[in-house]
Amino acid sequence: MTSNSVLNIVDVSKSFRGLRALSGVSFTLRQGEIFGLIGPNGAGKTTLFNVISGFLKPDSGRVGFLGKDLVRLKPHEICKMGLARTFQIVKPFSYLSILENVAVGCFNATNDIQEAEERAWEVLRFVGLEKKALSPAMSTTTPDRKRLELARALASQPQLLLLDEVMAGLNPTEQMQIVGLVREVREKGTTLLVIEHTMRVIMGLCDRIVVLNHGECIAEGEPSAICSDKDVIEAYLGKGNTFVRD
Amino acid sequence: MSQPTLATSYLKRGLSRQTWIIIGIVLVLLHLLPRAIPQIVHIVIMIYLFATMGQAWNVLGGYTGQFSFGHSLFFGLGAYVSTLLYLKLGITPWIGILISCLSGIALGLFIGALSFRYGLKGPFFALIMLAFAEIFHMITMGWNAVGGSPGLLIPLKGNAPHLMQFTSKQPFYYMALWMMVGSLYLVWRLEKTRTGLYFLSVREDHDAAEALGVDTFKVQMIAMAISAGLTAMIGTIYAQYLLFIDPDSTFGILNSVEIMVRPIIGGPGTVLGPLLGSVVLTPLAEITRLAFQSYSGVYLMWYGMILVIVIMFLPHGLMGMIRQIIDKYRKG
Repeated sequence: MTSNSVLNIVDVSKSFRGLRALSGVSFTLRQGEIFGLIGPNGAGKTTLFNVISGFLKPDSGRVGFLGKDLVRLKPHEICKMGLARTFQIVKPFSYLSILENVAVGCFNATNDIQEAEERAWEVLRFVGLEKKALSPAMSTTTPDRKRLELARALASQPQLLLLDEVMAGLNPTEQMQIVGLVREVREKGTTLLVIEHTMRVIMGLCDRIVVLNHGECIAEGEPSAICSDKDVIEAYLGKGNTFVRD
Repeated sequence: MSQPTLATSYLKRGLSRQTWIIIGIVLVLLHLLPRAIPQIVHIVIMIYLFATMGQAWNVLGGYTGQFSFGHSLFFGLGAYVSTLLYLKLGITPWIGILISCLSGIALGLFIGALSFRYGLKGPFFALIMLAFAEIFHMITMGWNAVGGSPGLLIPLKGNAPHLMQFTSKQPFYYMALWMMVGSLYLVWRLEKTRTGLYFLSVREDHDAAEALGVDTFKVQMIAMAISAGLTAMIGTIYAQYLLFIDPDSTFGILNSVEIMVRPIIGGPGTVLGPLLGSVVLTPLAEITRLAFQSYSGVYLMWYGMILVIVIMFLPHGLMGMIRQIIDKYRKG
């Protein structure tokens, strides 16, 4: 383990009734990087997120976060340690206002409601939701829900943030706004693990990328190397297609 | 919605001075009520008792989202614990009410630990509560040492304040009033704390709450403890008020319905909902009970009808309707 590693995933496997969702996944996140996690549908990306954030227990393997093993911890304990996540299918607290949604996350750092509210306003201004802060979460649009999902996770002041397709369903302009936010989050010192399907976005955003297919890591490296990797192209486009260069 | 500024706090908002003055005047009037109109004291006591229990149910069902279909369990437990302590050991109900509260909390935490550990929600939790209420119903029915199906009579001692017995209804009126006011204040304050917001987050989405650092198990246990303890205390007051308890009227399933129907109709998850529901339903139940004395259970048909109408047209209860009207009035 290198000294500046934030997240250490070592040989993680998980099966659902014989279906191997993850088999022997290993990689390491370094402090301050944006790390991409890609792969075709059903490759096990979200399963891996659920294992890291404590919603699923892996059958074997270790998840080390800042030197501590996360495998036996509950999601709320993991969040308290500084690891936050968003959900691919957004889960807003529908009947609560956007402000209250974000305040729930702020209570990790403080017990005082006044202080939590002030922090919540800061986060809302950061993601650009402050004008809608008082409307209920259910009345918001898809792009705002994605922002809200990001805001809530940021509110807990994470050291490591897992983003599960926060740009899915957004148009290119909206995507670029989120990309800008993600970069700013990194500037503030947070390490990010990002699942995304839009290749254009992920190739431009990430420092390094790991590719999952059928629960296995098939490639790891810088975006440019991943783009030309034969196994990766095969996984996405199938065997024997004309795009594969020898 | 105006442009928000940091100067005002939206989560911690208090009441304006005028509102406090109005509340003060209403409280004074309520204290004078038994002298002014003694005929309705009984009905108003019942309104208060059911409003308080509704509020207790509301903490768990309305705020935390765990619908209990067996809250008569805690009510009956409170009634039986204090009554048995008095009958068997001569312990005054003033101490009994505290022991009732503690045993309600203990039983609530036991059931909570069983259900919430495995993430029981919705109909499953409702049925667990119903099952426990029925278990206690059956035990008290069959066990003669605790009165069996005829129930327990608390011997009349005339005016005996040290035994929580009074010849007049007025002391009970004030007890019920202050229990109701206390529970209102408790929930109103709770709404503006971290715990209150955690309750709501658990109701809205378990997983999202967990991911944001909310210990959903602990939060549900706290809600359960408040809800169970408060309901058990009302059970004791009810027993002392009527001086008679039996399994059907305490642990019975109808009683569970009585407890939950008021906050549901008034508006679950709102501070005033349970009181509003109780103000509307309790007199209706008492009046229909008197009007159709020979047909017992007719008032339940009323409940059914009202419940259907409310669920169809007012999914957020009477409070939801009032809020809509206020919004319209403000805009118009």
